[in-house]
Amino acid sequence: MADGAGSNTKKLSMIVTKGSLDWAYPPFILATTAAAMGLEVSMFFTFYGLTLLKKKLDLQVTTLGNPAMAMPMMGMHMAMPNIVSAIPGVDAAATAMMKNLIKKKGVASIEELREMALEADVEMIACQMTMDLFEYKLEDMIEGPKLGGAATYIENATNSDINLFI
Amino acid sequence: MADQLLDAKGLNCPLPILRAKKALKEVPMGGTLEVIATDPGSVKDFEAFCRTTGNELVESKVEDKVYGFVIKRLS
Repeated sequence: MADGAGSNTKKLSMIVTKGSLDWAYPPFILATTAAAMGLEVSMFFTFYGLTLLKKKLDLQVTTLGNPAMAMPMMGMHMAMPNIVSAIPGVDAAATAMMKNLIKKKGVASIEELREMALEADVEMIACQMTMDLFEYKLEDMIEGPKLGGAATYIENATNSDINLFI
Repeated sequence: MADQLLDAKGLNCPLPILRAKKALKEVPMGGTLEVIATDPGSVKDFEAFCRTTGNELVESKVEDKVYGFVIKRLS
């Protein structure tokens, strides 16, 4: 982080733990917006969230464990009961549907938001332990994020005005 | 007339704010940026953005579901 102790700049730190298409949105939307509003932002990517730092993103949504999920369809909302995710192809179809909606409704893609976050100097930290655990290779990840661990996050969090666990 | 115009029609949250932030950098200090948007959430968002960043929201209007904002750059 550019500013040391005593700076008046407000700070936001986040732990990003989820790597599905729907859950990728809150951290990147909040990081880019906070940076645009003059905050210093630090994102710590751990466990499934680490996948969001891969060069090539292939994010999916699942209906499983998400009983509130409903897709607009022909003026109505189609419920996505948990049980349907057991049917082959349902998650792929739900993902395609969501990506289609994202485009249609003028919502930014995750790639776009991530690029804007990097442009806005949002600090990104990749969890070293998760890199080891899931055997991720540095060359598969985008350039920009630094490696760090729990102590790095705690130091950031201690100096932050807002801390989020997503 | 504002010094700069940003067309953010059809863009959804947070893109109008992010584009506005970028466009504001090109506006001279004390100059104005006009933003046109269709995202109804942008009414409260531009208020919050201006309050937090220390810029002035000179105008906020809506006509036929199109929102217009004029921001005076002060920071």
